[in-house]
Amino acid sequence: MNHLHKISIQSQDFSIGDEVKALEEHNLTDGAVVTFSGRVRNHNNGDDVQGLYIEHYPQMTEKSLTAIAKEAQQRWQINRVTIIHRIGQLAIGEQIVFVGVTSPHRVDAFQAAEFIMDFLKVKAPFWKKEMTANGNKWLDSKQSDVEKSNHWLNND
Amino acid sequence: MMLKVVFFARLKEQIGTDQISIELTQQTTVKEIKQALIALHPHWQTALSATNLLAAVNHDIVTEDAIVQQGDELAFFPPVTGG
Repeated sequence: MNHLHKISIQSQDFSIGDEVKALEEHNLTDGAVVTFSGRVRNHNNGDDVQGLYIEHYPQMTEKSLTAIAKEAQQRWQINRVTIIHRIGQLAIGEQIVFVGVTSPHRVDAFQAAEFIMDFLKVKAPFWKKEMTANGNKWLDSKQSDVEKSNHWLNND
Repeated sequence: MMLKVVFFARLKEQIGTDQISIELTQQTTVKEIKQALIALHPHWQTALSATNLLAAVNHDIVTEDAIVQQGDELAFFPPVTGG
């Protein structure tokens, strides 16, 4: 067992290549490396999006993401987990979030990565404010995200 | 006892501040603190009465009947939208 996690909340950009390198370094037990990255889209709900501002609750974000990473490590046979979430003002196309997971087996790695993203979206204290031609507005949470995260509770 | 209350995102804008300290004389629940805040600032009623409002004590999500103690940090915020 080799449970390591890297949790980072940061305004600066990250490099997926660098993060994968860190996940793989001195890690010969895990053949599977699964990553997800999310970026700012140029559209949402029919609006043209010009940018995104991400607010967060310092300290609670770290605590929340660490708990999610640890739960994933408990539920699946995975070893390293990296979660990075950016904050502050982001332009369209910019990277927002990164999740990386390593495991001896691909099924565990895929499922754990999906679980982490699903729970991050409903539990981690970040809030997005969208900049559009019609003005700025805080995004509403989505029922579909709640339902998606609930699937893991039913072990679907 | 002094309690630090913090607000985030849309709620922070509606309230008009990101934090206040209030003096409470006894062990209280989150719900009672909400009511005390509304009593002190009636124009906060709409914002603090939102049914989907979340609360956290010392960085853990709690329900309205959670007890809050001296020195705790209580946060109110809308449903999260990260990721």
